[in-house]
Amino acid sequence: MDEFLLSRIQFAANITFHILFPTITISLGWLLLYFKWRYSRSKDYQWMELYFYFTKVFALTFSLGVVTGVTMSFQFGTNWPGYMNTVGNIAGPLLAYEILTAFFLEATFLGVMLYGFRRVPAWFHSLATFLVAAGTTLSAFWILALDSWMQTPAGHVMIDGVAHAESWWDIVFSPSMPYRLFHTLLGSGLTVAFLAAGLLSYRYLKGDKRPAVRTGLATCVVAAAFLAPVQAFVGDMHGINTRDYQPAKLAAMEALWDSEDGAPLVLFALPDEEARENKFEIAIPKLGSLIITRDPNGHVQGLNEFEGEHPRVSPVFWSFRIMVGTGMIMIAVSAVGAYLIWKKREWPKLYLQILLAMTFSGWVGTVSGWYVTEIGRQPWLVYGILKTKDAVADLPPEHVALTLTGYLVTYVLLFIAYIGSLFYLARKEAATESKTPAVS
Amino acid sequence: MNLEIFENGAWLPFVFAFLIGLSMLLYAILDGYDLGVGLLSKSVDSDERDRMIASIGPFWDANETWLVLGVGLLLVAFPPAHGIVLTSLYLPVTLMIVALVFRGVSFDFRKKVAPEAQHKWNLVFFWSSLCITLTQGYMVGRFMIGFQSGLIAELFSVFFGMLVVSGYALMGSCWLIMKAEGDLQKKAIKWARNSILLMTLGAVLSSAVAPFVDTRIYDRMFSFPEVTLLIAMPLISMILTLFMLFILKALPLEGDRLSWMPFAISISIFVLGFLGLVYSFYPYIIPGQLKIVDASAAPESLLVILIGTGIVLPFMIGYTTLAYWIFRGKAEDLSYD
Ligand code: HDD
Ligand code: HEM
Ligand code: HEM
Repeated sequence: MDEFLLSRIQFAANITFHILFPTITISLGWLLLYFKWRYSRSKDYQWMELYFYFTKVFALTFSLGVVTGVTMSFQFGTNWPGYMNTVGNIAGPLLAYEILTAFFLEATFLGVMLYGFRRVPAWFHSLATFLVAAGTTLSAFWILALDSWMQTPAGHVMIDGVAHAESWWDIVFSPSMPYRLFHTLLGSGLTVAFLAAGLLSYRYLKGDKRPAVRTGLATCVVAAAFLAPVQAFVGDMHGINTRDYQPAKLAAMEALWDSEDGAPLVLFALPDEEARENKFEIAIPKLGSLIITRDPNGHVQGLNEFEGEHPRVSPVFWSFRIMVGTGMIMIAVSAVGAYLIWKKREWPKLYLQILLAMTFSGWVGTVSGWYVTEIGRQPWLVYGILKTKDAVADLPPEHVALTLTGYLVTYVLLFIAYIGSLFYLARKEAATESKTPAVS
Repeated sequence: MNLEIFENGAWLPFVFAFLIGLSMLLYAILDGYDLGVGLLSKSVDSDERDRMIASIGPFWDANETWLVLGVGLLLVAFPPAHGIVLTSLYLPVTLMIVALVFRGVSFDFRKKVAPEAQHKWNLVFFWSSLCITLTQGYMVGRFMIGFQSGLIAELFSVFFGMLVVSGYALMGSCWLIMKAEGDLQKKAIKWARNSILLMTLGAVLSSAVAPFVDTRIYDRMFSFPEVTLLIAMPLISMILTLFMLFILKALPLEGDRLSWMPFAISISIFVLGFLGLVYSFYPYIIPGQLKIVDASAAPESLLVILIGTGIVLPFMIGYTTLAYWIFRGKAEDLSYD
């Protein structure tokens, strides 16, 4: 393997591991604030029990988000110097604003939120919680602005092969930015809803049926039942945006080789890159055009129009199907749950087991979604401006292989420790049968 | 490079070089004391360790963000320099990052995992603190001599690594003198005395080797009028060191008076050392290779960042001060409720 491929794998591994944690903290912060708000209105202590329990989950997740994020901030320089040399004038300010406006805010108030409970007045503690949640959302805003600009660049001029800013408004709100922001935030909401529901189901199945667990479960299921359909809707609009700005990516998502009027929707296929055709294709006629162009006979561009300029088809095609599949399952499961709540039924054991199995389903959706986005952009790093292969550092491959191994070993260890701790905390919580505030 | 652009924004790279320097200095002081506490966390009992870590728990994350800012600003303002630094130091940087990862998570894991596994995470906490400190010192050493290689260069960098270890340990113990009471405070006073002696040794050793590695530093040191300044610096440091030893001898005082003093002195020593370091390679951003003036990004982008910094900085100073005020006084046990 050469340093190019190794660097790509390393970057992908790092950012995949990073996104697992912010996608939780972004929404979990708001959920914690919601718990506090419910408590301050009702003085019903179960909301504080939920708050304290999920604060531990939050603290653990946040620390992983921070350390993997620090890793990210070195990646650009260590492996992709060509990136900053070409688009640094755009990427630089966006990254700087993320650090200045978001990272310091969340890092400072996290301390107050976690350890300041007895040292500051209640309202100030809620304010600190709010600022942490706002900080994480703000960092998502800036980084997504940058990623969206890389997907659909706007508001810049090229001078001597280097991008210079012309309109910051157009750069920050590039054509795909609003869709990506909403879709990612909703994805974060769903990830947390299913994570929390899964952990609470686990406690419930372990015999911990106190009011806080029931209330928490209901809150998460209802939230998921609202978010999941909205997510499908926003995702569909996101796809339309991709059709307009990155047609090659869309063709890869749908595995359509030839341009067609009335294109089918391919449900299953093994795309063959060499023969430029699909093996074992199962497709529904006309549905592809209906979804993509809102017209059963609409025209859809195929991959053959972009030969040599489109991404590898299989990973994009399959990631897309995994994401949408996850979304569909989420819609179904949360709808059933909402129905059970509406009918005031006791939770059936099977349903709780399904929720438990779906604890990390949000990760599956989020990561596969990002793979669609990022692999779908290849061979471009910045769409139409910079190819990925022109940005890579000239490092000895064995060095990159060494560091990649180091990162992977670290990540596997931490991944196991993280998941183990989540369930350990849940078991410990289930074992303390009291209403007294649990100590960390 | 486009000269015309430079006419208009010629001052910007210098402002950014200053900001990067400031972030790095703040990082070294702030993460310095919390890494230092990590270095001292090995041979204490578990109750003391809990108190030590409680004293840095609310702060370490924000402290580390200064590194992110420093590296980030280097990335945005001097992309070529960032590239050279990080590719030349590729392996030690990665080692440091992995250690940062392990240290950051051990704060939480050491209390959240099953009791039998907690001591493992305490060990992770200590060893990762040590590894971060050593690699940072080593890298600053390599950086100072313009990434030369060879035995003497490596020796210099390793000495420098030890210097930083003792420096951070000094900051950590002085922080604890301020934040702890009773036996732990007495131990901290002893640690502080040992580290300052070790630090003096490290400083003498690396200064002795320095001129052999890099003639540029040597030339600079012994040309007039700089030589006066360069004599003044070690002189002030020496006075501060003696003053520190004197105070340490007197502590702890009735009513915990002056327990903040060693921390203040250690910060002064750090600032002095840092100024000396910067002076040794200014106006280069990378010693011997790249000057501040020929390494910067487009002025209009730098200006956008500068405006943002100007707006955000007062808030940052405000809420950071607030956080230190909220957690003033002696450290208590850490808990989330
Ligand atoms: C829990 C997470 C989750 C779920 C259930 C879904 N998505 Fe998604 N999707 C994401 C999480 C996500 C993401 C991680 O947030 C991505 C990656 C980049 C982005 O903007 O959002 C994404 C990207 C993404 C893209 C790629 C756009 C591009 O980069 O060009 C499309 C077209 C969709 N999604 C469409 C959908 C549809 C039609 C769904 C139907 C249910 C769906 N997503 C469910
Ligand atoms: C957080 C979710 C993200 C995930 C899971 C993700 C995943 C990936 C993957 C899998 C690749 C490899 C594509 C390939 O080489 O075939 C990649 C490439 C890349 N992405 Fe992302 N990405 C994410 C967000 C971002 C953001 C926010 C940025 C920029 C600010 C970014 C910048 C890049 C760069 C520079 C590359 C090129 C290096 C490469 O091709 O490996 N990514 N990403
Ligand atoms: C879409 C992709 C990304 C999202 C949504 C995202 C979001 C976040 C969030 C919310 C945090 C706060 C910590 C936490 O909540 O766990 C965080 C941490 C961090 N992220 Fe990312 N990030 C993304 C990609 C990146 C990339 C590409 C970089 C590299 C420049 C990066 C650098 C960092 C850093 C340095 C931190 C640590 C901040 C601290 O010390 O508090 N992130 N990220």
